[in-house]
Parts: sequence; C-alpha cells; structure tokens
Amino acid sequence: MSTSVAERRNAVAAHRKNSLHRQRLWALWGSYAALSVFVVMFLVPPFYTLMTSLKSSAEISAQTGSPWLVQHPTLENFWYLITYPNFQRYYMNSIIVTLLTVSVSMVISILAAFSLSRMGFWGSQTLSTGVFLTYLVPPSLLFIPLFQIIGSLGLINNFWCLVLLYPTLAVPFCTWIMIGYFSSIPRELDEAALIDGAGYLQMLWKIFIPVAMPGIIAATIFAFTVSWGAFLYPLAYLYTSNQMVLTVGIISDLIRGDVFQWGKIMAACLLASLPPIVIYAFLMDYYVAGLTAGSTKG
Amino acid sequence: MADGASVSIGVTAPRQSTGRKTTMQKFAQRRSTTGFLLCLPLILLIAGFVIYPAFYAIYLSMLNKKMTAFVGLGNFQFLLKRHTFQLVIFQSCLFAVTSVVLKALIGFVLAHLMHNIPGKNQKIWRGLLLVPWVIPLALSTLTWWWMFDPSYSAFNWVLNQFGFANVPWLGVGWIARFCTIAVNVWFGTPFFMIMYLAALKSVPEQLYEAAAIDGAHGLQKLFYVTLPMMRNIISITVLFSLITTFADFDIVRILTAGGPQDMTHVFATYAFQVGIQSGDIPLGAADSLFMFPILAFAAFFVLRGVTQRTKEIAA
Repeated sequence: MSTSVAERRNAVAAHRKNSLHRQRLWALWGSYAALSVFVVMFLVPPFYTLMTSLKSSAEISAQTGSPWLVQHPTLENFWYLITYPNFQRYYMNSIIVTLLTVSVSMVISILAAFSLSRMGFWGSQTLSTGVFLTYLVPPSLLFIPLFQIIGSLGLINNFWCLVLLYPTLAVPFCTWIMIGYFSSIPRELDEAALIDGAGYLQMLWKIFIPVAMPGIIAATIFAFTVSWGAFLYPLAYLYTSNQMVLTVGIISDLIRGDVFQWGKIMAACLLASLPPIVIYAFLMDYYVAGLTAGSTKG
Repeated sequence: MADGASVSIGVTAPRQSTGRKTTMQKFAQRRSTTGFLLCLPLILLIAGFVIYPAFYAIYLSMLNKKMTAFVGLGNFQFLLKRHTFQLVIFQSCLFAVTSVVLKALIGFVLAHLMHNIPGKNQKIWRGLLLVPWVIPLALSTLTWWWMFDPSYSAFNWVLNQFGFANVPWLGVGWIARFCTIAVNVWFGTPFFMIMYLAALKSVPEQLYEAAAIDGAHGLQKLFYVTLPMMRNIISITVLFSLITTFADFDIVRILTAGGPQDMTHVFATYAFQVGIQSGDIPLGAADSLFMFPILAFAAFFVLRGVTQRTKEIAA
C-alpha cells in the first residue's frame, strides 16, 4: 500500500519537477526508513518471545546455533501450559479479577462523572481536582499501609483484595476522561430530556451513555489494562498458587530456584499478552483518542 | 423515580406565582443531593483506599520494627544514614531523569516521523510502534531478562558473532543500571509518541504557512512554531511520566531485584524488600514516603499545566 502511494507521488513529482515536491518526497522516504529502524528495534523482544516459545527445552539447553531462530519449531510449551492446572487457574483468576474490576470501576466512574459534569454540589469542584490528583498517585506509594489494611480485613492471599484495590488505580482516570466526554454533550439534550419528564438516571442511561460511548470504550480499556497487567499488588498480597493471577503466577511457578524453563515462560507470556493485544488491535483508536483527549483537552 | 417528581414540580412551578422560588430552590437542592449520592462510591473508594492509607503510612513510618513503640522520625534518620538507601536515592533519580529525557526525545522524533507520512499508513505504523506499550510490562520485562541472560543470551550471541566478548548485562552495577533504563525507554516511548503526535496534529497548518512566507526554515519552524504550540503538552507528558517512572517497580524488581550490590534498587523495590520481604513494615513505609515530595512537586505542575490548557482551549 505504501509503495503505491509513494509511486503515485513519485510520478507527480517527476512530472512537475518541483523542488518542493522532491523535498517532500525525500522527507517521506526518510521518514519511512527511520520508522522501519524503530519498528525493528521495538519489535525485537516480542519476536524473541515468540521464537523462544516455539523451542523445546532440549533445543534451548543445547545452546548451539543462533538463539534468534528456531530450528525445530514445536508447540509443546503451549500444550503443556494449556493442560497445566495451575496455569489455567491463573488465567481464570486474572479473568475474574479483571471483569469485576472493570465493571466496578466503570459503574463508579460513570456515576461520578455524570454528577461532576452536570450537578454541582458543595465541593464538587474540589472533588474533580482531587480525582485528577488521585490518578497521579502511583501504586508503589501506598502498598505498605495497604498491606496492613488488607491484612486487617483478612484478605491477604485472597484475590478478592485485588478487586477491592484495582479500582483505586482505574477509577480516577476513567472518571477524568468521562467528565471530559460528558461535558462535551450539549446541555440542550438534558433540557429536552427533563422537559420530556426523564429522571436523572434515565437521562444518564438513554442520552449520556450512548452519546459518550467512545469515551466509555476508552475508559473500559484503561481499566482492563490496569487490572490485567498490574504486578506490585498481587506480588505483595498473594502467595499461594490457587490465588495468584497471571503476572505473578508465571514468575513464581515457572521459575523454581535456579531452574528457568524459558520456553514455557515465554509461551506463558505470549498467552497472557494475548487478550490485551487482541483488544488493542480492534479498539486502539478509541483508546488513543480517549487518552490524548484526557490530557490535551480536559 | 423520585427525580421525575421533582422535575414535574419544577415544570408546573411558573403557574403558582408565590411558590415559585421555594420549589426552584427545592429542585436545586435535590439536584445537588442526587449529585452527591452519585459521587458517594467514588468518595468512599478514594477515602478508604487512598487518603486513609496515606495518613496511615505516616503513622506507620513513625513506629519501631515490632510496631510497639513510637520512634518519631527515627526511621527516616536511620534510612538517610544507610549507604544502601543513599544508592537508592541516586539510582531512583538517575533512572527517572535519564529515562524520561530519552523517552521524550525519541518520542518527539517518532511523532515527527509519523506526522510526515500519509494518514492511511500512519495507523499501521502507529500500531506496530505501540506494541511495547500494549504488552503488560511485567511480562515483557521477563523477555528482556531472558535476552540479557549471561550464558546463552540473544545479545551476547550477537556480540560474539562480531568478535566481542560476553557482557555480564545484569551482573555489573553500571551495566545493570543501563539495562533497567533501556527497558523503561523501550516500554515508555510509544506513550510519548502518541501524545506528541496528537499535539502535532493540533497545531494549525496556517502557522507553518505564515512562517514559510516569512522565510523560516525547518529548524526555525520547529523552535518558533512547533515547540511553543506544544509546550504545554510536552510539560504535562514529561511530568506525568516522571511520576510513573520514578515510582516504577516492575522493571527493576524482575530484571535485577535491586542487585548487583543494591546498585539498581529504586524506592519502590527497596520498600518492597524492606517492608514486605524482611517484614519491617515501618521502615518500608518510611522508604516509600520519601517519594512523596517529588511526586507532589510533579503533580502540582501537571495540575497547573492541565488547568492552563483547559483555559486555553475554552478561550
């Protein structure tokens, strides 16, 4: 596709013999060349993950030939993981935690954003600012007091503590971008709904949510990303394999002392990265729009 | 719906000329009560799991190891005197500043390159360049760890092919520091790229045309048109990334776990080691609290930048 566009441009440039065009053409090809270098650099680790995951343990420990290429591709690592009960459990736990986190976060943030963008109450302005500041609080700042709090709730080594804690990471940003999207909805729409006798929740359900769907998708992806990839909380609060989620399960289960089963680890990384990759492949545009709007607009 | 009732009162109010003010007030009051109730889950969440832990952390940091006696600022003093902690402060600052500067520069270059190519292809290239940022960091760091493996690693094999000796990537302090920064740059650059690309697209084309008519060349356009127009977004992105990089945990924890000789520890990993692994909760809490002033400083300027930006757009 890129070549056909470039060829057309090439023809046009040759026809006009215009120096400006020629300059632009050079810029275009230069950009493509530089971008290719960056793409190769950025994709080296994923490529290496794939190659290693296709190798048998024997091939990895033989240490002959190029490590970058696979000589006898095999799916045994993937098969091992798919039939490995612990791995199935990590996957299940990750899915449960993520689904619950995403739904809880979305309900909390949509309600709050609706209220903060439309119904002023005493302190609502301060609350909006506070929500944004909470977004800037990194998980590593508070994980030690939270360890004590989770302990006093009796939730240490229980993946339900993640369902309780992940929303604190997801909700502030989700609320923030939802406020942006809701504020851009013209007020005439709510006035029309009020005149037609709609209540607030009806207004939210029938007008705000459908109109702000792109924002809701972006916020959902954010909440998903946060809860699927989080590492610190599960590492600090979970320690038996029946409660672990993917990020910590892979590390603690497939690395035993000094034995690294790299083929299996890499295959597990691929399988665990699959859901985010699939989601981003289809919904990247919404996410990028939401993310850039979140900081460049509001 | 209770709110439906309040709306109908509001609509019928104009007919009753005397009762109008009070019903309108009632309407406003009920509106703000509903507003508050809708925010209540958010308020409870933030109060319970952000604000309360923050104050609890301050309290914890002033206890002794067994949490039986109050020691005031003893933990902070103890940490500051410790050589390991001095290394932590140095490495955290080095890690955060170097990574953010590199990410910002490479992201800026990438955004410009992307801006040059036509829109239809841009999507594919953007998708490819965003891959590092899409894979969960804890998992991609595992791959990096494997590539840095000393015995039969991807990088050492390439070096051997060119006749160089093996490099102990994660075994020597300064090289390990470089490795943690490299992984962070790899992971974080795509974020800068998309932020800057969005900012570049929002610069009006007329400004460049005007500059060209006035005889500005490429670099002048960059310094007098692009950079001033992007200034706000650049500062917001840099400060925001400074916060997340400074508080980073995953990369150092997986890649080196603080070693060799505690040279790669950052605040978060050291707090984890002291507080969770060694069980000295107060010392760990004190360690993470050292991050607070820097985070608060950056957060203040991010907030100011965002507010300014909102005003600019509204104007």
